[in-house]
Amino acid sequence: MEARQAVDAVYRAESRRVLATLIRLLGDFDRAEEALHDAFMAAVERWPRDGVPDNPRAWLVSTGRFKAIDAMRRRARFDAALGELATQIESATSDASAWDEDTVEDDRLRLIFTCCHPALTPDAQVALTLREVCGLTTEEIAHAFLTTPSTVAQRIVRAKAKIRDARIPYQVPARADIPARLDTVLHVVYLVFNEGYSASAGSSLTRHDLSAEAVRLGRLLAELLPEAEVIGLLALMLLHESRRAARTTESGELVLLDEQDRTRWSRKLIAEGCALVERALTGRRFGPYTLQAAIAAVHAEATTPAETDWEQIVGLYDVLLRADPSPVIELNRAAAVAMRDGPAAGLAIVDAILAHGDLDDYHLAHSARADLCRRLGRLADARGSYERALALTKQEPERRFLEKRLRELPIN
Amino acid sequence: MKYLCLIYDDEKKWETMSKAEADAYMGEYFQFTDSIKTSGHYLGGNALQPVQTATTIRSRNGKLSTTDGPFAETKEQLGGYYLIEARDLNDALQVAQKIPSVRTGSIEVRPIQEFN
Repeated sequence: MEARQAVDAVYRAESRRVLATLIRLLGDFDRAEEALHDAFMAAVERWPRDGVPDNPRAWLVSTGRFKAIDAMRRRARFDAALGELATQIESATSDASAWDEDTVEDDRLRLIFTCCHPALTPDAQVALTLREVCGLTTEEIAHAFLTTPSTVAQRIVRAKAKIRDARIPYQVPARADIPARLDTVLHVVYLVFNEGYSASAGSSLTRHDLSAEAVRLGRLLAELLPEAEVIGLLALMLLHESRRAARTTESGELVLLDEQDRTRWSRKLIAEGCALVERALTGRRFGPYTLQAAIAAVHAEATTPAETDWEQIVGLYDVLLRADPSPVIELNRAAAVAMRDGPAAGLAIVDAILAHGDLDDYHLAHSARADLCRRLGRLADARGSYERALALTKQEPERRFLEKRLRELPIN
Repeated sequence: MKYLCLIYDDEKKWETMSKAEADAYMGEYFQFTDSIKTSGHYLGGNALQPVQTATTIRSRNGKLSTTDGPFAETKEQLGGYYLIEARDLNDALQVAQKIPSVRTGSIEVRPIQEFN
């Protein structure tokens, strides 16, 4: 019984590491998954009898490798090329250094960079990362992204086929290529986080498991590749996460930042997030994730909305706009300017952004405009913009929030 | 592993180029070709004549049809190719991103299918 529990515990803690190494040794995702499965089957059978090995991970890797080579030899009767390949793998990977600690850590990075290779579609990057790096089942991924398991399975099969057929290498990119390649990885992690934090459609605003997976990924990356933006992204996710309990009511209604009960913010996550922001900012190579985290940190440090240092927030948005010009960031900056200089100053900027036309279909642009008009007493304009926002939003809690704002608007 | 780098670009751009610009552009191509010959990636490559020289044929139910023009009319046209030998896709992309047309058109990188 104890050995069986040990197998389960090792599976939870080590299966992704073992898989990452097996993919390198065997050169193929499917073969490695089969080997991983066979290795754990062997553990279930042998550990209760022979005891748990001193280094369970090394045991699993070497058992999986052996089983895979064995299986290839058996199939070689039908496909001679497999026999040759088995011999190749056997001689190329017999070296014990193949599974020393550093190489194994590198294997996890190899796996992440391969799953997030820019030659794969973004959908496939996300599905493959959640499947291979996080160990989620296709059913879990499908549920989280409101799609069918067969769609997810198909994405994963296609991605693996491209990795194999176009020969996407299983490697950490060269130093010079890391910044560009890391962008894709961080984008995947943040996409997973946001999907969990604010579902883009459907009735559940928070799908916590997905955010927790993204935070786990972020921690893993920060440990393996402590670049400023990696740390910045982890800080950003933790600071968002710190407000989770306060951002919806028990009935699932949305609560805006300035109306949240700040005693329900997680002080522990805020402390960790703020410390990470400081660390990322000293790195000099920080970018948009770190700057967004710094903004979140300023909010987190104010115990009441009135204490918020809007001057500093506007300043950070200015830097962010230079690093990553985008109309959404301009919109957020406008909201901060409205808090610093009053709603009229904010509205002038929002109207200028809407005049460009880029954000005309973005519900938050119209709800921001509505809010500023309301504060200025321009009730008819406010009503029009709330209605426009309502027509554009796809999220149920957002819809209810906007309907409530509309109802509360005084009739003039 | 072999990869074919297909070069797509707007052919009309040649009409608007001065002779000096066109020469400089061709010079870049010659330099690139030399560099991948030196690095050992080069297996072959050619520029193609413009699409108005293209003829497309298909045979259906034993009947051959011959038509003027390319298989599909597109904004960017296939204008040339390189066949390269590369370690893996990353290596192939490193080569492809130095093809001069990457800045104005696009390069499609396709692995060659090997039959045993």
